[in-house]
Amino acid sequence: MFYRECGNYKDSYASDMAIFPIPLDRYGFIIMMILAFLVIPFTASDYWLSNIMIPFYCFGLSAIGLNLLAGYAGQISLGHAAFMAVGAYASLILYGRYGIPLIPSILGGGLISSAVGTIFGLPSLRIKGFYLAIATLASQFIIQWIIVHWHWLSGAVFGTVETPDMQIFGFLINTPVKKYFLALGWVVLLAIVAKNLVRGQLGRNWQAIRDVDYAAEIIGVNLYKDKLIAFAVSTFYAGISGSLITFCYYGAANIEEFHVMVSFALLGMIIIGGLGTILGSFFGAGFFVLLPIGINQGLGNFMAVVPSEILSNLEAIIFGGLIVLFLIVEPYGMARLWHTIKDKMRLWPFPY
Amino acid sequence: MAFFLEVLVTGLLVGIMYSLVALGFALIFKASDVFNMAQGDMSLLAGLALVGFLELNFPLWLALLCTIAIMTILAYGTVFIILKPLVARPPIMLFMATFGLAYMIQGLGQSIWGTQAKGLNLGIPDIPFTIGGLFLNTFDLTFGGVAGILVFILVWFFHKTRTGRALRAVSDDHEAALSVGIPLLKAWVVTWVIAGIVAVVAGIAWGTRMGVQFSISYIALKALPVLIIGGLDSIMGVIIAGLVVGAGENLAEVFIGPYVGGGIQTFFPYLIALLVLYFKPYGLFGKEIIERV
Repeated sequence: MFYRECGNYKDSYASDMAIFPIPLDRYGFIIMMILAFLVIPFTASDYWLSNIMIPFYCFGLSAIGLNLLAGYAGQISLGHAAFMAVGAYASLILYGRYGIPLIPSILGGGLISSAVGTIFGLPSLRIKGFYLAIATLASQFIIQWIIVHWHWLSGAVFGTVETPDMQIFGFLINTPVKKYFLALGWVVLLAIVAKNLVRGQLGRNWQAIRDVDYAAEIIGVNLYKDKLIAFAVSTFYAGISGSLITFCYYGAANIEEFHVMVSFALLGMIIIGGLGTILGSFFGAGFFVLLPIGINQGLGNFMAVVPSEILSNLEAIIFGGLIVLFLIVEPYGMARLWHTIKDKMRLWPFPY
Repeated sequence: MAFFLEVLVTGLLVGIMYSLVALGFALIFKASDVFNMAQGDMSLLAGLALVGFLELNFPLWLALLCTIAIMTILAYGTVFIILKPLVARPPIMLFMATFGLAYMIQGLGQSIWGTQAKGLNLGIPDIPFTIGGLFLNTFDLTFGGVAGILVFILVWFFHKTRTGRALRAVSDDHEAALSVGIPLLKAWVVTWVIAGIVAVVAGIAWGTRMGVQFSISYIALKALPVLIIGGLDSIMGVIIAGLVVGAGENLAEVFIGPYVGGGIQTFFPYLIALLVLYFKPYGLFGKEIIERV
């Protein structure tokens, strides 16, 4: 009733191209931003901020990266966690060892990860489909090995690097609230960039490649260039998210945190959240972060202490079950459910 | 030279063990165009179930039978609950569905039989002996032989029997197969049961070697390069690629490894795979897909 555009009154290119053509969406977005920037950091407990919101943002960012590659450009990557590791180690070394300021360090982490990602994207020029998906696993194992064995990188035997104190212009970032803002700032900025990327020429090229690659080539999409750009952009996001999660959440770069299971989990996130949507990446990440906590709470009603074994098994069963369920019921994930709700709201109270 | 040969032979024997896992992938891909990410977890489940039954003091044949029964139930469940609603969806969706299946099998198997590593001993002798200066052991040779026989039977099955031909028809084109009267779902169930049995063999092989534990499902990650080198849908290719990878990684580890700090067999198979795919994008023996506009 309230949620609708009353006729087509678009009289400028700006209004035609708006991300949120419906006013209520725009207000909703503004309210979300107010919540994220002004309400959550000052009302949520430290536990919520540092154990739920920060990983949620970081995994969300990483999921956006993977979604750009897998959901938009159609090139599945099974080694995305490794690029998070590259970003993490690169930014830590830039910041901790060479004393480059924090923000450029994180950016540098992203760029280095992007350079590495482009190299590992090269096989996509020659092979495709499942052959490519498996070939991307190579990145996971090669990068993991390099980080463990190249002692200059890790500086220690087990590949663990502690994060030094974080400072921006002498302003110490040490409390959960400050770390929260650091993560949030990057996430909002990069999410907006991603949203606009996929609406533009590049995003459309990617989608054309995803749908039918040889048809895309015929209508003039430069397959090689755009596939490599997809790898570069996607791994840039992974790198930033890796360095953020290390600086703000783990507190130390440890190769075990970027295991191949994380790569698989990222893929699971974008399936559940919605392939080929930016919003869906956040849904998926939120789901992934909240699931173990939800199970813990749910079982907590029946038993005092939930054994971690049961917890991790249940987590796996539910996560896997939901992936299957979403593929069967709603192949485009939670994001499509959200769209269905919006379409219903447009017409409400009329059936059509 | 003797040392070189020994490293080579050890590698070849490990390679056959990889082929056992990769075989399951190739089978399912051949018959249903589904890339089954859950194959490694199926081996894990088979191993866990077998150990579980043996712990209940079942005789070996009964335990094996029960394990195969479980794999059959799994096959039916997978086909009718997961794959049936997804018929005629793009292959990538089916791939992701098996990815969800992998998580579920992992969780279910471990919640029934626990997460502790368990030993598995089927009384296969593990006696080292030497032929012409080569150190070998009977255990590796047994599984080499088993894998060889398995592949022989499967190739025969796919090329000479009615069911096998039906399965190949299904893999070529779901709709065309349906239109000539091949029951699609039945064909899939048959494939998944066979893949389940292969998973049991792989589970036994790896379970005996390194204990039945979660990391068996990671063996699948070692089997994937084998699979793409051989070609996703080639059964013969899997064996040859397995030998190539096994020999390659072992030689690399022994002769190159010491110069770079060791542990390179974790990724060396992928390097071989990338190299092979550069020249043959559909693997050594894979069916080349020719796309026309």
